[in-house]
Amino acid sequence: MDVEIPSRPILVYGYGNPGRQDDGLGPVLVEHLEAWAKAEKISGMAFDSNYQLNAEDALAVAESRAVVFIDASKEGKPPFEFHPLKPQKEISFSTHAMAPESVLALAVELYDAKPPAWILTIRGFSWEPNEPPSAAALSHLSAAREYLQVWLRHEISSQR
Amino acid sequence: MTRKIVIDPVTRVEGHGKVTIHLDDEGEVLQSRFHIVEFRGFERFVQGRPYWEAPVLVQRLCGICPVSHHLAGAKAMDVVVGAGTGDGLTATAEKIRRLMHYGQVFQSHSLHFFHLASPDLLFGYDSAPETRNVIGVALANRELATQAVMMRKYGQEVIAATAGKKIHGTGAIPGGVNKSLSTAERDALLQGPAPLNADQMVAWSQGALEFFKDYYRKNKDFIDNFSRFSSNHLSLVRKDGGLDLYHGVLRAVDSEGRRILDDADPQDYLQYLGEEVKSWSYMKFPFLLAVGQENGWYRVGPLARLNVADFIPTPLAQREFEAFKAATGGQPNDMCMHTHWARLIEILHAAEMMRDLLQDPDITGSRLIVKGKRQAEGVGIIEAPRGTLIHHFRVGEDDLIQMANLIVSTTHNNEPMNRAVGCVARKMLAKTKEITEGMLNAIEVAIRAYDPCLSCATHAYGQMPLEVSLFDSSGRLLSQRRKNSRF
Repeated sequence: MDVEIPSRPILVYGYGNPGRQDDGLGPVLVEHLEAWAKAEKISGMAFDSNYQLNAEDALAVAESRAVVFIDASKEGKPPFEFHPLKPQKEISFSTHAMAPESVLALAVELYDAKPPAWILTIRGFSWEPNEPPSAAALSHLSAAREYLQVWLRHEISSQR
Repeated sequence: MTRKIVIDPVTRVEGHGKVTIHLDDEGEVLQSRFHIVEFRGFERFVQGRPYWEAPVLVQRLCGICPVSHHLAGAKAMDVVVGAGTGDGLTATAEKIRRLMHYGQVFQSHSLHFFHLASPDLLFGYDSAPETRNVIGVALANRELATQAVMMRKYGQEVIAATAGKKIHGTGAIPGGVNKSLSTAERDALLQGPAPLNADQMVAWSQGALEFFKDYYRKNKDFIDNFSRFSSNHLSLVRKDGGLDLYHGVLRAVDSEGRRILDDADPQDYLQYLGEEVKSWSYMKFPFLLAVGQENGWYRVGPLARLNVADFIPTPLAQREFEAFKAATGGQPNDMCMHTHWARLIEILHAAEMMRDLLQDPDITGSRLIVKGKRQAEGVGIIEAPRGTLIHHFRVGEDDLIQMANLIVSTTHNNEPMNRAVGCVARKMLAKTKEITEGMLNAIEVAIRAYDPCLSCATHAYGQMPLEVSLFDSSGRLLSQRRKNSRF
């Protein structure tokens, strides 16, 4: 008897602190995308958010067939940038977080997993301890959401 | 004339640290300073906000240990709503909060040991920077790195189950908590499929301790003498002297073990602690008022806690505590690198505490909140992973916050971190007049033992260069080293 093996999801992972205005663009966009996927009844995606990326995220990466990281950007091109990522070792000074490339590298080393990965960085402007994100950043987020919805639909359908 | 070395990591917001070392013409260290741009605007930001928002609002302060701020803020507001000063909550509320806190300590300490400290121990602080990180650990010791990932994940799951979610948790509210554990949540954490269960976390914590002790046996001189200096030590401690990271009385001992702050009520902290302002630093220098500014500074964090406590109220950690105390004949331990040892004992204690709490029927109870007579102000103190964390709020009759005073762990450790940099600089600069990679790394290792929150609140896709520059007496750049990082 054939057993249907559930396909691994595309992991959509936003990181940043939503209490620091535009720093939280990643988690805010993930909230929007999760609601959109639910409303549109699109399966095949997993959504997650946290303040920072860290070592334990390597396991989630390893369990995914593709990964899209979403972060805020201070100096990137507005409204957003989207490009592929490769595993890469990083060096840090007493930091308590990991770069997305480092998480990918840890997934390779610990779990022999190298799913394709991308990062979407949304240009932000304000980083004060306040909510919500700035109006300008929200307009960038809106553009990023539209782009990513099309991209995710295409990725999901191409795997079926 | 003097020469000056500058280490200047820059971040996007306020997580900004800089080291300056002033040398005389002979190359001797005259003065060392560790600057951190402390964010003080937050205290003004919460003014005018309703008091019940505080436990959630304060998590904006730090993306590294938001649970500590969440719980310290909730404890302060417990006092405001008349729920007592630490012993007035329902059994379920207190135990849920403790579980949340020990989950936070467990994952934070695990991150520090495996991610930041173990690379130094596995490869040596003078090894190539590209290998001295958690990925290097994965290449050299896959089992250790895998355990690190799973221990972090377990701690995060404990936090999510008790705080409601990973970002901006809402579990602790003034007077209690808004949820307890369901039996399914409890069972998953207590006896879930291996390795994510409480027994495995205890076993791995013991393994991490053995890893350190094995290293210590082989590198005793380094562990005992690197950046070593005597100090006072401050911590919360349970009323009977036991280690307690969630609640207790304030106790301090001097370098000889004499009590210089004798089990003070946290609500009275302003009677015992002062903060000195220095012109060259944004960060204040706390000190014990009874001892004075000159000699009243102190350490906080794992080393201080084990120096202050009389015992640890869980059996496996107590056994390790006895060995730790025996290493100094029962006297306070002033060895900087023993902080890692103390941190690992606390990881084991946290694992035991989580297991005990998950086996306690109160953890699934339904009595969640108490309230009493409204008070005008409240103080919440907790032992965060990095050390003592103080939240103090005053609330008006209109329920709006009028005043906030926060003293975070890294601020308490301001003077010790300056001393640590000085110790390393004097030793390393005696050998060479050039900034070497080894010197830069040694300064990092000394500061890192205190686990400071340099990137305290936010990060994004930016860069945080670490730069060391050496100038001669005329200001000419003699030597420069720089590291690039994405944070």
